[in-house]
Amino acid sequence: MTFFAADGLVINFGGIRAVDGVSFEVEQGQVFTIIGPNGAGKTTIFNLVSRIYEPTAGTLVFCDEEITRVPPHEIARRGIARTFQNIELFEHATVLQNLLLGRHAHKRSRFLEELVFLPRVRALELEHREAAEKVIDFLDLQPYRDSLIVNLPYGVRKVVEMARALCTEPKLLLLDEPSSGLSVEETEDMAFWIQDIRTLLGITVLMVEHDMSLVSAVSDRVLALNYGRPLAVGTAREVQEHPDVVKAYLGG
Amino acid sequence: MRFVFKTSYAQDLGLFRDGVQRNWYLALLVGVAVLPVLVPAYVGDVSLVFIYGLCGLSLMVLAGYTGLVSLGHAAFLGIGSYAHVYVTQDLGLPWLAGVIAATVIAAAAGVIVGVPALRMTGVYLTIATLAFALIIQEVFARWDAVTGGLKGKAVSKPVIFGVSFAGDNAFYFLCLVVLAAGLWLTANLLRSPTGRAWVAIRDSEIAAQSMGVNLAVYKTMAFAYSAGLMGIAGALFAHKIGFLAQDIFSVLLSIQFLLMVVVGGLGSLHGAIFGAVFVAMLPVMISQARDALPAMLSQPFTLFGKAAGDTVFLALDRFVKQPGLEPGIFGLILVLFILFEPLGIYGRWLKLRVYFSLFPLYKAATFRRQKAYMRSERLR
Ligand SMILES: Nc1ncnc2c1ncn2[C@@H]1O[C@H](COP(=O)(O)OP(=O)(O)OP(=O)(O)O)[C@@H](O)[C@H]1O
Ligand SMILES: [Mg+2]
Repeated sequence: MTFFAADGLVINFGGIRAVDGVSFEVEQGQVFTIIGPNGAGKTTIFNLVSRIYEPTAGTLVFCDEEITRVPPHEIARRGIARTFQNIELFEHATVLQNLLLGRHAHKRSRFLEELVFLPRVRALELEHREAAEKVIDFLDLQPYRDSLIVNLPYGVRKVVEMARALCTEPKLLLLDEPSSGLSVEETEDMAFWIQDIRTLLGITVLMVEHDMSLVSAVSDRVLALNYGRPLAVGTAREVQEHPDVVKAYLGG
Repeated sequence: MRFVFKTSYAQDLGLFRDGVQRNWYLALLVGVAVLPVLVPAYVGDVSLVFIYGLCGLSLMVLAGYTGLVSLGHAAFLGIGSYAHVYVTQDLGLPWLAGVIAATVIAAAAGVIVGVPALRMTGVYLTIATLAFALIIQEVFARWDAVTGGLKGKAVSKPVIFGVSFAGDNAFYFLCLVVLAAGLWLTANLLRSPTGRAWVAIRDSEIAAQSMGVNLAVYKTMAFAYSAGLMGIAGALFAHKIGFLAQDIFSVLLSIQFLLMVVVGGLGSLHGAIFGAVFVAMLPVMISQARDALPAMLSQPFTLFGKAAGDTVFLALDRFVKQPGLEPGIFGLILVLFILFEPLGIYGRWLKLRVYFSLFPLYKAATFRRQKAYMRSERLR
């Protein structure tokens, strides 16, 4: 079975071809990392996978189903969750509310029930809360439960965003530069969490990352991109030593 | 400072933070209930505050919680008013049927505005709602058969299940009950997935979408719910003013509603109520100031002779009697609040409370706004 596959992805923005014929396959249980210089098209690939951008050509397959035409709000329900490079949290809400929104894909209450807050709604809310609390325990977010996002330091926000994505109970987790802006210690924590997410929670990770030590530590496979075109695929070491990749980074 | 000791998840699902807060609200309710006895002269004004409270609630859901700013909410109020009066008086149906019709028709109008508005954001959406309001006002003026056209339409007193609510006190309690119900329903939504989805749309559409929120559905729902509340408010408003004329539901009224939620404090139900008190009472204060101010301010100038005093008095008098003054003051207050107190009266109130509970230890820096780096290009 195909867990996740992108085939011949292309997207044009006006004159720019930001992604130009990218194909790759992610096996279940892997950590798959995309690397590449700034502007290579990594985030654009994420936006294509989460269906925020419409591909000019190419297909996306997830769990043997084609998702190239699925509407963006369906993606979470299918089991793909993501974080954003520039953190897109709900800033004027608390950490807990952010995580509970992560449960939206599992919403079962109807509008009229919520309007009068039937006991069923209360019971469902408690279920969502239990699920969110599990994630809070997993990522050590207990001290921040009731803090507003605007009052939190950057490092914690990154973790909250990952927590929110985990609350959707995804099969595939997209992490866009999980270590950017983090201190050395925070980056180490992040490496352990990514490993735990894979081994303890059994979630497949597709990640974009610049920090090569983090990439080498956690990735099973690495894809290098430049100008929207794939340069090399393989283990972290193979890709790092690939002559085209070296050239792309050194600007040769 | 009071520390809320949480021992179960269910505690976070309550409407009130804890027993103490609930008791404060009970006390407030008792206070409001005995108000007609204490200050009978203000019963009419406070009824209007309650109706405006519903309007504030309505716009708070849309602008404060979902982040969709509307400058056309007076139109929904008008639709509610005319629908209610048409159903109860022209069709002779019971009062409750009128209110239901007002709610449903206004909500339907909300959907009609909401669906094309899905493609618009920010100021474009606001302009679209403004255009809608202008069109609706034109409809009110021309649809003689239903609205009475330019002649307007007299509204009879409410009679519910044979009980007359003609008296000021009875009407006061009617408005109070409807407002309390509106608050309860809205608070319920806000502690449910629907309310969270609205807040999510306000703070980050792209993240909301990626978490599974269907933007089209939830934005339309916010419009419909908001307009529906406005419809209910419209039914009460019709009785309150006693005579419907199309020029009541003007853009100025819409601006007042927006003023209400901004001044009260965007993103809180308290803010809607604070704002309603403020906006309903402001015209009363302005008209009092209008009478008293010229004489008071020209007083010192009489020291330079009676002629000087008279000149200043006449100049000030002419100034305060300018017809455009009221909207000007509303606009000015709106701008000042946006600049200096974006959290509104409710934000101010929270700060005051913290000040007193921390008293000798309060630092001015506690609430200094931190510099946040602007989010640059969103998707990159
Ligand atoms: N919405 C858009 N409209 C126009 N151009 C875009 C858009 N999104 C991305 N691009 C362009 O596509 C190219 C790839 O951008 P992308 O954000 O995917 O890079 P990236 O690999 O994530 O880089 P970084 O490491 O800086 O995050 C850039 O040239 C960018 O300007
Ligand atoms: Mg990027």
